[in-house]
Amino acid sequence: MHNVAAIFRRELKSYFATPLAYVFIVIFLLLASVLTFYMGGLYSRGQADLEPFFGFHPWLYLFLVPAVAMRLWAEERASGSIELLMTLPVTLGQAVWGKFLAAWSFIGIALSLTFPIWITVNYLGDPDNGAIFAAYLGSFLMAGGFLAIGTCMSAVTRNPVVAFILAVVLCFAFTVSGSPMVLDVFQAIAPAIADAVASLSFLSHFQSISRGVIDLRDLVYFGLLIGFWLTATGIVLDMKKAN
Amino acid sequence: MLEITNLTKRYGSFTAVDNVSFRVQPGEVLGFLGPNGAGKSTTMRMIAGFLSPTAGSARICGHDIEDEPLQAKRCMGYLPEGAPSYGEMTVRGFLDFIADIRQLTGTHRSERLQKVIGQLQLQAVLEQSVETLSKGFRRRVGVAQAILHDPQVLIMDEPTDGLDPNQKHEVRTLINAMAPGKIIVISTHILEEVDAVCTRAIILARGRIVVDETPQELAARAPSGRLDDVFRTVTA
Repeated sequence: MHNVAAIFRRELKSYFATPLAYVFIVIFLLLASVLTFYMGGLYSRGQADLEPFFGFHPWLYLFLVPAVAMRLWAEERASGSIELLMTLPVTLGQAVWGKFLAAWSFIGIALSLTFPIWITVNYLGDPDNGAIFAAYLGSFLMAGGFLAIGTCMSAVTRNPVVAFILAVVLCFAFTVSGSPMVLDVFQAIAPAIADAVASLSFLSHFQSISRGVIDLRDLVYFGLLIGFWLTATGIVLDMKKAN
Repeated sequence: MLEITNLTKRYGSFTAVDNVSFRVQPGEVLGFLGPNGAGKSTTMRMIAGFLSPTAGSARICGHDIEDEPLQAKRCMGYLPEGAPSYGEMTVRGFLDFIADIRQLTGTHRSERLQKVIGQLQLQAVLEQSVETLSKGFRRRVGVAQAILHDPQVLIMDEPTDGLDPNQKHEVRTLINAMAPGKIIVISTHILEEVDAVCTRAIILARGRIVVDETPQELAARAPSGRLDDVFRTVTA
């Protein structure tokens, strides 16, 4: 725990020591607002809720989260600092979790800075704040899922750009597996596994949480997903040690 | 004690380190010599626990690096080749992080930090980020990181590379001052360094130990008494 906290603090501080953090936050907020107000038509809908805002999150995360994740291990390898980290008395698991939690918290900070949108709908109307809270939670969990996939891809290669592309492709697969585009195909070919494919999707779990229902199954889904990809990250790093 | 037994590292059909065994007792400063690609860094990386050996073992203070990595790493300080660190951090922030991970607390922590910062003369650059430092300062930050917890075993891959003659002299003085009671292994290309700090020299060539003796015995091998000549003969 002590080591996870030490690595967490170091990582989080590093984000704000470079322009990366500020660039990311500004772009995230800009895109989130543009999508919500122009494409989502938050005002013209005449409804005091944040559905247009949260509806774009999976697509926003699809590119922005891999951009955060790509440097996690690839950069550590490229600069050689991984050799320092791995020869300090920390376990692989502590290093993987410390770095992941720092990146996740960073995305959480960016997400929480969207609060003016929440204030806006409360000023304009009387939204269901419980549902909004649930949607924020769902969005944060989904970001964690994207991030865990990106972390693993970052451990696979020392090239951050390759890590980014691999992560986007995998995250895209995990996102669209719940969309009609994919499900219709599975319904037609193998209806038996269509449900299984749908249940793997970020979208279906995120949407069910953002309706305001915090179901244990959705929480377990994201928990397992993050656990699975971080375990895979540890295995990949351990394999590289033997090579 | 540092015990290396039949340490071997193969990459496919290429054997980078071939059945290397040696023991180092407290008080010894072992110099690791050899041409580029002889397996010096690979051997050190396996001892430090960054690479897993294909065969053989390394025991540090009685702990096998593969079976009890945390205990082994706790009693060891390691300077990787090129002294990598986190470029965006300040020197103070970086050393604080190392102190956190090494679990140094209270007055002991501040004493150690102060001592090491003084020993490596880092006072002037404490608030600078590591990436803005000269090569010599970066190397000294790397050495500071390795000795911060006053380890029983110190492994340093080219600790004086990139330092000017004065800085080299200072680091050698530092190694000599730390040597009593400790186990120190350094790799180097500079043969005069062996004379200056080492009590024993191992020369590696093509992954094997070709020489393991004191610098005096080593120099006596060549009629000229020059280490360069010995080095060329045994690694050719």
